Amino acid sequence: MDKRTAFNNRWLPLLLLLPQLVITLVFFYWPASQAVWSSFRIEDAFGTSTEFVGLENYQVLFSTPAYYQAMVTTLIFSTAVTVFSLSIALLLAVMADREIKGAGVYRTLLIWPYAVAPAIAGVLWYFMFQPSLGMVARGLRGMGYDWNPLLNGNQAMVLVIVAATWKQISYNFLFFLAGLQAIPKSLIESAAIDGARPARRFWTIVFPLLSPTAFFLLVVNVVYVFFDTFGIIDAVTGGGPAKATTTLVYKVFADGRLGGDLGGSAAQSVILMFIVIALTAVQFRYVERRVNY
Amino acid sequence: MAGVTLNTVRKTYQGGVDAVKGVSFDVPDGAFCVLVGPSGCGKSTLLRMVAGLERITSGDIAIGDRIVNEIEPADRDIAMVFQNYALYPHMSVYDNIAYGLKNRKTPKDEIDRRVREAAKILAIEPLLDRKPRQLSGGQRQRVAMGRAIVRKPQVFLFDEPLSNLDAKLRVQMRVEIKKLQKTFGVTAIYVTHDQVEAMTMSDILVVMNAGEVEQIGTPTEIYRHPATRFVATFIGSPPMNLVPGTMQADGSVRVGEAHFRLPPHGFVPGRTVELGLRPEDIVIGGSDNAFDMKIEFVEELGATQLVYGRLDGAQLIVQVPSGSVTGAGGTVRLGIAADRLHVFDPATGRRAV
Repeated sequence: MDKRTAFNNRWLPLLLLLPQLVITLVFFYWPASQAVWSSFRIEDAFGTSTEFVGLENYQVLFSTPAYYQAMVTTLIFSTAVTVFSLSIALLLAVMADREIKGAGVYRTLLIWPYAVAPAIAGVLWYFMFQPSLGMVARGLRGMGYDWNPLLNGNQAMVLVIVAATWKQISYNFLFFLAGLQAIPKSLIESAAIDGARPARRFWTIVFPLLSPTAFFLLVVNVVYVFFDTFGIIDAVTGGGPAKATTTLVYKVFADGRLGGDLGGSAAQSVILMFIVIALTAVQFRYVERRVNY
Repeated sequence: MAGVTLNTVRKTYQGGVDAVKGVSFDVPDGAFCVLVGPSGCGKSTLLRMVAGLERITSGDIAIGDRIVNEIEPADRDIAMVFQNYALYPHMSVYDNIAYGLKNRKTPKDEIDRRVREAAKILAIEPLLDRKPRQLSGGQRQRVAMGRAIVRKPQVFLFDEPLSNLDAKLRVQMRVEIKKLQKTFGVTAIYVTHDQVEAMTMSDILVVMNAGEVEQIGTPTEIYRHPATRFVATFIGSPPMNLVPGTMQADGSVRVGEAHFRLPPHGFVPGRTVELGLRPEDIVIGGSDNAFDMKIEFVEELGATQLVYGRLDGAQLIVQVPSGSVTGAGGTVRLGIAADRLHVFDPATGRRAV
């Protein structure tokens, strides 16, 4: 597709691009370069002076078992949240796409959770599952289940996964629903006449046609679990117990803000940045090629 | 092979809109049936009910001897060509054509043989590896046809399949579809709002209006003996002229100064009627039922010309060979054969004689 516009004046295109460039520079490249710069320095205990130490922050990081632990935690957390939020949202969208009574109300209700701020959502889930006060926690205990995410790391992990998934489902649902509604009805009808049952229609027609949407959501969700789940984790578990729910992004906050290690924290965020860049690049390179038609 | 029978088929949508109001007709095995009518007349709804895409509110639809009211589209042994072709965009042309066979668990080598055979018939063999978006409108139309014929169904259903093509392709595909249908001998139901397609393709023509059948017959019957005023004006281009007149004791209809003598039956002197004259049935200088018309306007069509004038105040269009009339202003003497006249009851719109 060739949609070139020829500008006679060489300054006009630059001027038109300027707002976008300024925003990108100020809000992305500037902080990112600051992070890279800080990651090469160490601040003294009282924050009065800093010293250039080269790659020392990175060396320290990769020799700490806790860092690898955070990576594993992140891997489990991100995989679970992405898989669950995408598949549940797809299921709900397929259900909501059918012609049912009150579809409008049903769809609106499903979209609402997205309007809840992450920290509020976190507090909500925290209260529901809080061992001594929470309604759900009481119910679980009443059924004889030893529920205590404050002490049990696996239960804490389940809790943050559920909370983070719940938060993301609405967003995914919205896109899946829009994607489903963009598929011409005649394609489904044609497949029905061609002898395909509903399940086969879904897997051979609907799902392939939805895959560009699914791919886009995959990228967005991975970025979401890597960065935006900070609020939920902070509100629900605070990274605990015993760092069982400390993901990479939470560790950046814990080490930098709580631990006062700005250099080390900066190094972590630089690594995190590269991980996400790499993941996105891989997804675009290998997955997108298969979903285009 | 099987025919299609509709028995008082009715469709009422939620909210009480009657899309189809009790339609009955038979399409014999191997016949090409065209449903024609203006937008919103219920013809597409009717077709979709035969396909099983739309539920029937009441009545019965049978394919062959089998009532299919409750049978899934997949099990009706039909193939349908949609207006937008409905090709699966993520599949190659080959896979598009093979899809229905794969769903029916046809052996692989047989699928391959049949897909290639269908592609050969439609001259789309070089396109088998392409995706639908790489095809032109006419090629997509062929692929959609291929998908229909490869299954060797009992019935072909067409939902305005040519309306997205340009005029030239439309004429070409019209002939091809008709030929294919004759070759395979498969019963076909074809929905269109284009009266040329309706006249040229059909063995049986069903004219619909406002959810009801106005007339069923061969194209010639419908053209020569339209049962209602609606059919008379819908079929034929330019449309039939209708002028108000009064039946006379001498067995003629009087329109202003002019008298039109009719075949002598069903005559009630004094009755007010609408007299129908097809533009192409009116001749210059004819001795039968002669009358004079002042020429208001002439349109040149190349082979013919359309002469506009008035008959007792009502507009009249006359189609005559080119060069018969020169310019507006003059008066021309016209005539029409008695057996080419149509008489309708102005109140019911039905044929009166």
